[in-house]
Amino acid sequence: MTNTLHRYGSAESFCDDYIIFAIPSKGKNDEDCIPKLKQFLRICAKHNPCNMGNGNRSGIAPQKDLSPTAHWNRDNTPDWETVIEGVSKPGTVSAVFASEEQAKACLEEVIAADFGISVNMSTSVENARHVAAMCGIKRHSVEYALRFNDPHDHLPNSQVLELSTMCGHGMVSFNMARKMLDMVREGMRTPKQAVTTLLRLCPCGVYNPDRALRLLNEACKEQR
Amino acid sequence: MVINQKKCVACGNCVAICPMGAIYVDLNANRAKINDDACVECGTCYRGMSTENLNPSMVRGIRKVAKFFRFRFEPEPDVCPTGSFEMNELEMPRLIRQIFSDPVVEHKSTGIKGRGTEEVKTNDVSRRVDIGEVGYTIEFGRPGVGVRFSDIQEMTHTLAKEGVTFESNNPITHLMTDKTTGDLRSDILNERILSAIVEIKTTIAEVERVLEIVEKVTERIDTVTAVGISTRCDDGEDNTLSPLLDKLGYYYSRAKTNMGLGRITNKITFTGAKAVAQ
Repeated sequence: MTNTLHRYGSAESFCDDYIIFAIPSKGKNDEDCIPKLKQFLRICAKHNPCNMGNGNRSGIAPQKDLSPTAHWNRDNTPDWETVIEGVSKPGTVSAVFASEEQAKACLEEVIAADFGISVNMSTSVENARHVAAMCGIKRHSVEYALRFNDPHDHLPNSQVLELSTMCGHGMVSFNMARKMLDMVREGMRTPKQAVTTLLRLCPCGVYNPDRALRLLNEACKEQR
Repeated sequence: MVINQKKCVACGNCVAICPMGAIYVDLNANRAKINDDACVECGTCYRGMSTENLNPSMVRGIRKVAKFFRFRFEPEPDVCPTGSFEMNELEMPRLIRQIFSDPVVEHKSTGIKGRGTEEVKTNDVSRRVDIGEVGYTIEFGRPGVGVRFSDIQEMTHTLAKEGVTFESNNPITHLMTDKTTGDLRSDILNERILSAIVEIKTTIAEVERVLEIVEKVTERIDTVTAVGISTRCDDGEDNTLSPLLDKLGYYYSRAKTNMGLGRITNKITFTGAKAVAQ
């Protein structure tokens, strides 16, 4: 499960946000799908994704045995192999790309591999339409995200919403997104360090660090 | 979820981590605590925070010295220095909070982790939303607000009165005691969760009415809702649903697009009670 539909932002703000995911259907094509899902992720890994996930783990996961030196010397290298080998049950596996070229190249290779498993793209309506046309395939179904209904004013400002809704399950809290924005504005963390902190909180691996970095930089420029 | 009070050093890092704002630092006890009613058992604090497993007495001592000299120690914001969070064994009805809020816990009813279902993501093989139909995913509590089942029931009651069809392979539908009225199990009504999705489908003619109902009911319940609306691309997506949403004034910049690469490959497939040999 990934939950990428209701990311907050305008169509233009998804220019660097292309999520491709494969999902088997229970009772229809889930038999012997594990090797296919792993192969799907291997194909994705070849096209320089900015994140990948298997539903349980993303490329950069929390660590439970840090030493105090981690505050200055933390390993932030994505570990795609653990994500791929961690696929143990039928479920959603995904990869996030920051450019149309990468997403198109990946999708072309996935089409050629012919896994027989449903493949979806989560991005702007037009981005997906364009990539499908370039790959020569007819889209089957589309699910549009309509606006949030918030009559009681529960939701925070757009900068916080854009950062936090990139984890569709809500594991990146409004308060954490706000805290990272403040720490970057105060010069306590670099935008890249702040993004890596947010990235670790999303277990499915659909958080887009490239988009988050751009949004943080934009938010800090607006401040000045 | 519990915070081991012997280990907690009240650094406050977990306060911002909690998606529900359920963690606070009790200034009298000088420890972090959890508001059990607000906590939805999503596991973000336990699973999402890295840990250092330092000696609590040592950390408290360092913090006292730093406080005296007005030092500002800025530890990594996603780290619990003493590994204070512990996941306790949950029983129903509280267990339902975890099932709907923790994305790495699998729904037994659907076999899918998190609160979701296959929706139209597998529509190329499931034909869940077929030609002439419109599918809806009505999400509650998302993002970052949370919802009680009693509020979800308010919506299912209203939708049921309108005669909509609830998707059978959906976790909320599995909790209904009566699909014709939209009644949910009474023992869970007061439980709070991070979010849930109600799935229905109608004909294109009913779209305006359903969206209006969702907006009106949302005004009566203390949460946020978000609607996903789906259709087949070969069913005139550009000619039917898009123009209608434009006419109704909806902005829909983002979508999940099923690329149509799936097919039935299982030797035996199950469609409801009927087994079909391939």
